[in-house]
Amino acid sequence: MNEKDELILLNSWASPFGARVRIAMAEKGINQYELREEDLFSMSPLLLKMNPVHRKVPVLIHNGKPICESMNIVQYIDEVAVFNGKPALLPPDPYSRSKARFWADFIDQKVYGTMRKITRNRGEEQVRAKEELIETLKVLERELGEKPYFGGEFGFVDIALVPFYSRFYAVETLGNFRIEAECPKLVAWARRCLLKETVSNSLPDPLKVYEWVLYVNDKFGIKQN
Amino acid sequence: MASHGVVLLNSWVSMFGMRVMIALKEKGVEYEYREENLTDKSQLLLEMNPIHKKIPVLIHNGKPVCESLIIVQYIDEVWNEKYPLLPSDPYQRAQARFWADYVDQKLYGALRKVLFTKGEEQEEAKEFVDVLKVLEGALGEMPYFGGEKFGYVDIALVTFYCWFYAYETLGGLNIEAECPKLIAWAKRCMERESVSKSLADPHKVYDFAVGLRKKFGVD
Repeated sequence: MNEKDELILLNSWASPFGARVRIAMAEKGINQYELREEDLFSMSPLLLKMNPVHRKVPVLIHNGKPICESMNIVQYIDEVAVFNGKPALLPPDPYSRSKARFWADFIDQKVYGTMRKITRNRGEEQVRAKEELIETLKVLERELGEKPYFGGEFGFVDIALVPFYSRFYAVETLGNFRIEAECPKLVAWARRCLLKETVSNSLPDPLKVYEWVLYVNDKFGIKQN
Repeated sequence: MASHGVVLLNSWVSMFGMRVMIALKEKGVEYEYREENLTDKSQLLLEMNPIHKKIPVLIHNGKPVCESLIIVQYIDEVWNEKYPLLPSDPYQRAQARFWADYVDQKLYGALRKVLFTKGEEQEEAKEFVDVLKVLEGALGEMPYFGGEKFGYVDIALVTFYCWFYAYETLGGLNIEAECPKLIAWAKRCMERESVSKSLADPHKVYDFAVGLRKKFGVD
């Protein structure tokens, strides 16, 4: 990857998946790219052309060719941006790589959907979703252990998870609970990540995310009470 | 130990486990196969996959690798001197991972809906066929998803082929009529020993599906 490469990232500012890609790009020292904001209620022709299968952000377009699915894009960036002298996002040995992929997949399976259930539901469904989220975060906290980052050094799994920290405020407010009370080590880890400029520059403001969640709920006719 | 420290915890009917079997055979890796009773999971399985408690699990020198596509990638990286399963070009690799992930996201859920839930079968049957048609489109005129060579995406998808008979019989559909190129591709894959020896017998899969439907009270 060099300066002549054309890079466009189709994104939505509130998307934790897009934030993953932004963090990865910054970590690999890739700052020369066009960031295009997509309105998810009115998708651009380019997005529909570049991701006809899922119609989702983020999409990285590298010299006209699309790469879709956030952790897939992160792996791609890790593989092509090898000349920048920046550290690899995935560890070098196959077993550690399989573990990193496992935890990123676990996060993909368990975090976003549960958070959405909390922000979009009330009553019994919300209670169950809160329990599920706390359990998931506790599992992740155990996996983190005493390490500063999931892979030892900041990398693939941290990138997969930290963008969801921007949603904690929205989830806590609508769910009426505090994540830090249940998972203090995980919140400490998130704050540690935020000390990195690559992360703090890529994550949206939690308060703005909360307002966005309310806006989307309203559009879908979900009561806020 | 003849298996050189490679153990596969599996269930014979699982299309996910079959992916791992194909990959191991492609690489010529000897391993010990252990059949799990999913209604009475072994202590080893629960120990090796405490998070999901699912098969397949590959245990290599005592260390577990879980999630079928992650296992296939692991196998490709460890036994890298023989027959690469993923392309060497990063963009092609990203495409391969995308399509394998698409199969995981869309196909299994659609199959389950038709086979193991009551009602709305026609709609769900359409969803399954729609997904297959997208995949057929991605295949295009190539012999395999990887192009000229059998690889990662073929492995991710072909294991569903032995479930097609159950799906067609119980779902009332003719997949070959809807997706002839995909069926042609599947038959081409079946000419490979790694595939034909790893896929379960479609009639046995059908019997299994019928049994499961009774258990779920679908029939």
